[in-house]
Amino acid sequence: MNSQVQGERVAQAARFQRGTFRPAPGRGALGRMLLAHARTEARLTLRNGEQVLLTLLIPAALLVGLSLLRVLPMPEPRVASVTARIFALAVMSSAFTGQAIALGFDRRYGVLKRLAATALPRWLLVAGRLVAAVLVVVVQLVVLGAIALALGWQPTLVGLAWTVPLVLLGTLAFGALGVLVGGALKAELVLALANVLWFVLLMVGGIALAPGTLPGWATDLVAWLPSGALVNGLQAALAEAAAPGWQPVVALLAWTAVGALVASRTTRLT
Amino acid sequence: MSSNQQHTAVEVSGLVKRYGSTVAVDGLDLVVDRGSVLALLGPNGAGKTTTVEVCEGFLRPDAGTVRVLGLDPLAQGSALRPRIGVMPQGGGAYPGVRAEEMLRLVAACAANPIDPGWLLDTLGLTSAGRTPYKRLSGGQQQRLSLACALVGRPELVFLDEPTAGMDPQARRLVWDLVTALRADGVSVLLTTHLMDEAEALADQVVIVDRGQVVAAGTPAELTAGDSDHQQLRFRARTGLDVRLLRDALPEGCAVREITPGGYLVEGRIDPQVVSTVTAWCAQHGVLAEEMHVAKRSLEDVFLELTGRELR
Ligand SMILES: Nc1ncnc2c1ncn2[C@@H]1O[C@H](COP(=O)(O)OP(=O)(O)O)[C@@H](O)[C@H]1O
Ligand SMILES: [Mg+2]
Repeated sequence: MNSQVQGERVAQAARFQRGTFRPAPGRGALGRMLLAHARTEARLTLRNGEQVLLTLLIPAALLVGLSLLRVLPMPEPRVASVTARIFALAVMSSAFTGQAIALGFDRRYGVLKRLAATALPRWLLVAGRLVAAVLVVVVQLVVLGAIALALGWQPTLVGLAWTVPLVLLGTLAFGALGVLVGGALKAELVLALANVLWFVLLMVGGIALAPGTLPGWATDLVAWLPSGALVNGLQAALAEAAAPGWQPVVALLAWTAVGALVASRTTRLT
Repeated sequence: MSSNQQHTAVEVSGLVKRYGSTVAVDGLDLVVDRGSVLALLGPNGAGKTTTVEVCEGFLRPDAGTVRVLGLDPLAQGSALRPRIGVMPQGGGAYPGVRAEEMLRLVAACAANPIDPGWLLDTLGLTSAGRTPYKRLSGGQQQRLSLACALVGRPELVFLDEPTAGMDPQARRLVWDLVTALRADGVSVLLTTHLMDEAEALADQVVIVDRGQVVAAGTPAELTAGDSDHQQLRFRARTGLDVRLLRDALPEGCAVREITPGGYLVEGRIDPQVVSTVTAWCAQHGVLAEEMHVAKRSLEDVFLELTGRELR
């Protein structure tokens, strides 16, 4: 029986040319890995209906609604103020809420373990997601910016120049917090928490209600939240064509650092 | 140990892993020689996946040492991972990712990947290449997972229940792949609860139950068993006088009619015993049919060792 098995082995192996699987292991080039990972993540986000609703459709609807209906008090020019807020909302929606939920479920489905079992370094698992978040934010802002232009927004070069680093910083801060929430808890908890935080920050985190319309102490507090800081920075850049001041930048840097530091300790693969 | 390392792909000794009060792995030892196939065989819950995940560096052992390609999978994981291929037990892809997209992502992580297109074709996944992972059948998901384990041209692959949920053709294909891997010098540690799979593929079989090794050896060694307790079976007309036959046989052989017309000779079965039985039958004008020396299956081995069914 054994020699029969051995004989069969030879016959079976003939299905594959000898040497087909000869070992030649090694890690891929870092840039290539980062690009492949980020591209896959970004594509998956833009292909996912719920994510598109969260990251594009809701912000677009709010952009149009708040610009045309004067339901909330906004500094003039109104469309520029609304655009600043909606850009901040878009960043928060994708880099934080969408990111956290996707990460929570990817862990559940063993995706992180799968990727961690390849040559992909652990830091690249996070870096790839953040690069993907930046790519998605770029798509969001191009679409939302086009809608704002159609609504009469008149951006300035100075404002746009400040928008780029602010959005990048905001994406990193919210992205780090998204990884923190999505990497530590059970998928269902992540889903609930990420949505609740999204709603709370939208309502009282400086996005729907301008920080200035809140009581004094609340205004100060909100300015230090990632949402409030990003709104204040973008409001200065987009509505006032001015530098954002140091506070939003410091606040966003601090959230990035704290989020990344804690996440690097609490993030689990499963 | 250092001289051994060149010949050893995986070396596990005294491995213990607990989950709370559950002892998943309880003092397990195993060695996978380079270029060989080792099957970790055992029922569900035996501790196979836990053992494999410790070797892959996903779990920290509570006790014992693990060396994989001479490296510590936890402390030296980043040096180890480019050299191994991993097929986890289930899962391992984004629900919305297309099969080809997933394989290309894993391929991008390797320095010299196998052509993903060829691999998809070989595994019969070309037509499913654009199908999202969540809409693939269980067997297709398994095949994609296997492709991801192989695409980086690893030296060592861990396959956790590689044929679970596969139809017979796909199973055959996996067997062929494992055979080809071995022929090309890849070391393989696979887990299975299927005896025939372990018997057909493995150079070494380690049978585990409740986290402990209950038997280990080549399939031939495990099934040859104790040479004084072999079996010869044959069919003939019912009601032969088995006492007469026993008297003709050497000391220590027992004969029974276990089913009507089905006879069993137990003891040390050597060529002499076989010819004695044939001659005795001829002498008594009896036609002995379907005569064979029964080998124990791995299932028999398992049953004898643990008193429990393997599945
Ligand atoms: N994450 C876990 N938490 C608690 N118990 C676990 C966990 N993983 C496995 N176990 C337990 O450890 C034992 C061994 O499991 P496992 O290694 O998956 O076995 P096998 O792969 O052989 O089926 C089982 O009793 C199982 O219930
Ligand atoms: Mg298992």
